[in-house]
Amino acid sequence: MSFAVSMLVFLGIASIIGTILKQNEPYENYIIKFGQFWFVFFEKIGLYDVYQSIWFLTILLFLVISTTLCVTKNTPIIFKDFLLFKDSLEEKSLLSFTHHLVLKNTKKVNLSRVINYLKLEKFKVREKSKDNGDILIVAKKGDFQRLGYIFTHVGVVVICLGGLLDGNLFFKAQELLGYKKIETLDIPASKVPKVSRLDITNPSFRANMTLAEGSSDNVAFVRKKDGYLVQDLPFKITLKDFRIEHYSTGMPKSFESDLIISDPELSQDITKTITVNHPFTYKGISIYQSDFQDGGTNLDIKLWNLLNSNAPQKINAKIFEKIKLDKDQLTYEFNDFRKFNILNLKEGVKEKPRNVGPSVTYKIRNNSGQAREYISYQFPMLIDDRSFFISGMRETPQEEFKYLKIPADKKGSIAEFISFKEALQNKILIEMVAKKMANRSVKSDNNSSVKQSFEDSVNKIMTLFVEGGFSNIAQNIDNNIPANEKEKAVQAYLKIIDIASIELYKSHFNLSDKEIDQSAIRFIQEALNAYSDMFLFGSPYYFELTNYEQKEASGLQLTKSPGQFWVYLGSLSLVLGIFSMIYLHERKLWLLIKAKGGAIIAVSSNRKNIDFELDYKKVSQAIKKIIQ
Amino acid sequence: MFTKLFKSSKISFVILNVLYLSLLLGGALYALKTFSSYMDIYEKAILLSSVGFFSWLGWNWNHFKKIIILVFALSLFAIQLYLGVLTNNEHVFLLKYLLSSQSAIMWMNVFFVLALVLYWLGLLAKNNLLDDIASSFTSTAVLFGFTGLLVRWYESYLIGLDIGHIPISNLYEVFILFCLITSLLYLFYEEKFNTKKLGAFVLIVINAAVGFILWYTFDRHADGVQPLVPALQSYWMKIHVPANFIGYGAFSIAAMVSIAYLLSAKKILASYLPKLAVLDDLIYKSIAIGFIFFTVATILGAIWAAEAWGGYWSWDPKETWALIVWLNYAAWLHYRIVKGLRGNVLAWWALIGLIITTFAFLGVNMFLSGLHSYGEL
Repeated sequence: MSFAVSMLVFLGIASIIGTILKQNEPYENYIIKFGQFWFVFFEKIGLYDVYQSIWFLTILLFLVISTTLCVTKNTPIIFKDFLLFKDSLEEKSLLSFTHHLVLKNTKKVNLSRVINYLKLEKFKVREKSKDNGDILIVAKKGDFQRLGYIFTHVGVVVICLGGLLDGNLFFKAQELLGYKKIETLDIPASKVPKVSRLDITNPSFRANMTLAEGSSDNVAFVRKKDGYLVQDLPFKITLKDFRIEHYSTGMPKSFESDLIISDPELSQDITKTITVNHPFTYKGISIYQSDFQDGGTNLDIKLWNLLNSNAPQKINAKIFEKIKLDKDQLTYEFNDFRKFNILNLKEGVKEKPRNVGPSVTYKIRNNSGQAREYISYQFPMLIDDRSFFISGMRETPQEEFKYLKIPADKKGSIAEFISFKEALQNKILIEMVAKKMANRSVKSDNNSSVKQSFEDSVNKIMTLFVEGGFSNIAQNIDNNIPANEKEKAVQAYLKIIDIASIELYKSHFNLSDKEIDQSAIRFIQEALNAYSDMFLFGSPYYFELTNYEQKEASGLQLTKSPGQFWVYLGSLSLVLGIFSMIYLHERKLWLLIKAKGGAIIAVSSNRKNIDFELDYKKVSQAIKKIIQ
Repeated sequence: MFTKLFKSSKISFVILNVLYLSLLLGGALYALKTFSSYMDIYEKAILLSSVGFFSWLGWNWNHFKKIIILVFALSLFAIQLYLGVLTNNEHVFLLKYLLSSQSAIMWMNVFFVLALVLYWLGLLAKNNLLDDIASSFTSTAVLFGFTGLLVRWYESYLIGLDIGHIPISNLYEVFILFCLITSLLYLFYEEKFNTKKLGAFVLIVINAAVGFILWYTFDRHADGVQPLVPALQSYWMKIHVPANFIGYGAFSIAAMVSIAYLLSAKKILASYLPKLAVLDDLIYKSIAIGFIFFTVATILGAIWAAEAWGGYWSWDPKETWALIVWLNYAAWLHYRIVKGLRGNVLAWWALIGLIITTFAFLGVNMFLSGLHSYGEL
């Protein structure tokens, strides 16, 4: 017994490991976390799938065996006791009970009143006349408390066996014997060899399949360690439609998949809609709504190169597809499309997150295989009451995105920024502005050399900015200006950029001084910032998502679990057992009525506690009242 | 003659019972009739079973009956004041300051704090009157808490028909549930064991939860009604969560009484507290009832998981920690019942049990991620 308890304790401690170390992650994650040496060691002792590891299952098996032995040992004893009325006890043994009461001077005992009382108290009563004329009444109740022991322990055993039935012991054995092998290559399911396939007779599995809208399949994948197995299904599933509904706050409200199940054994297909919490079971296989992803959405994209003034290139792309453009030898990989993005834009401010509309995630990979990841949102977002087109970039998945914020114009489009940016890049326009500024600043005509040098500096500073943004300016100051004048130079340079840009904006859009209001000035500032940030963005491209045709894919989970019934049955037994062990009180009572007068009441219980004391007092006093 | 009749305790007992039963049945039938189309067969079954469960509780415990009748009255009154308009909780005086869910819950908090103070004064001054007041404050807190939850339930439907749901779906709500269930269990034992001296200890854990609720409300502003994620949209939530919290509540009481036990065993406060044997029995009974409900809750959770996640057991951190909690108390009961262990060891063990339970309840949500975080679909 104590063996079983120490097993339980060990089991408890072992299962903590699996809650601290995230289980069944891709192996690369573990390598990054632990390094190669510890990764291999932990892999050997099965820490990445603790609950299916040999040693864990062995403990479980030991637990089952030892508990079974306990039950088989104790059950006959309990049953014997269950049936037995101990009516052979003598006066001497009754007096040795801790709870007994000796009564003298009994009146003529009305036995039936005593028996009726005991029956009222739910005792089972038996009466025996002894040879010497004494009468012994034996009564007991709460026998089922003892059966509780059997129910709880059998319950635990049945639950464990049910669990083992659904575990992967069978597969483990096949893998050890070389009948099965985990597939680690990324190949089409149909190409996966037989050794990595589980056929339709496999009694128990938990597999996943992803179906794009309109597609169908008759295999699912079981993820194992660093690879997978292919589970063949006895029917074909087609995803007709997948829907996500949202609450007004933008939180997802429901996920629904319309499925068509085609079974060659049926003349007609089954159509069924499944949702979270409402799976569908067919041929012992339950189909669950588990997750969702993109199913190959079609995208219309305008690809702007912000470094030149060419018209944007129009691309038709599809999620999960790669595009290689001839002109730059870069590969564009489109990874994900989201129709809804629930974001909290004000950092640190308690504000309800809201939906900011569709986004595309993509990677741009160069010839040497290095890639940066990007995210582009279709619609401008309001940040501090100003509207921006947002794109994010990161070099590794561990990083946070760094964002490029392109100001949207009053029509909510990118056009004004593009037009202004083209003006910035137009040397002739910049020279014009420089001349204008020089004429204005240097009033008298005879100071032409000063004028010329002012004009040159404006030209130079603007060119520096146009070619590399603010960081280029900073670098130039660092290289050319003595340390003690840097601060001043920065101020002067920024001021010149500001004024020149406003001037440029004005002449480019044919605006009067009056029309340059606060909002226009902010727009110019934001446009300059965006232009400058572009140089830190890894690529000069801006993806404008103009249109999309969404196609979703539903993630289904398919399970076959023959152990479930046994687990539930065991649970029922367990609950019944615990209830009777705790809430049924076993009581045994003997009443010896002596032929020569006087009586002895003795009461026993297998649990001595306050309730027993109270019961003893109550019953013995009641009997005393009847017979004395 | 009528006054005499009315005074007779038997008659008022009957009247109370009839009133209670007719409220329960009437309420359930009204709900069935009016909202039938919004409920599935399981929800109807749960509604009717809850009538049975509450009748049984009321039949065995008079005080509970009185609290529930008052909860009924206050909640219906609050609903009348709303007139179906959510913003009335800012205009109608009684709603704004007393009966809107957030006000009622604040009053619950206030009464719990006062009850803690009074229980301690009563304990140290050996003053039974203070104990009685503390006890009735605890009942009042329960009254406000339940009213607050029921009104919140109603308010959630005023926010949006698709948003409305039973308020036991996030930490703010379940902490209130925890306070209520723990107090009710304690009040029951208080009456049964005829001692009000342990309130000083039990109210500590309740006030810890009150502290959490206040922090959650004022610092995190997380006291608003949030719509349910798809995984939680199930009738199972109505059974699984309360059953779990009866377990948590009972384990908490056991741990708090264990503190009293350990102090008393060291002769600290011993003369102020009930006898050790009584404390010991109370610890055992709390753990026993907690264990049964926790077992049932875990099994129901498994059945729900089989429906929502595709497997009755996924070794999700929350599940695994529930198993550890279960194993812990199973071993506790085993050593007490089968091996007959008693005394300080069991009291310490019950105290450690609460730490494990707290980790399973809160720690897992804070430190470990998994299915129960509802972060993903």
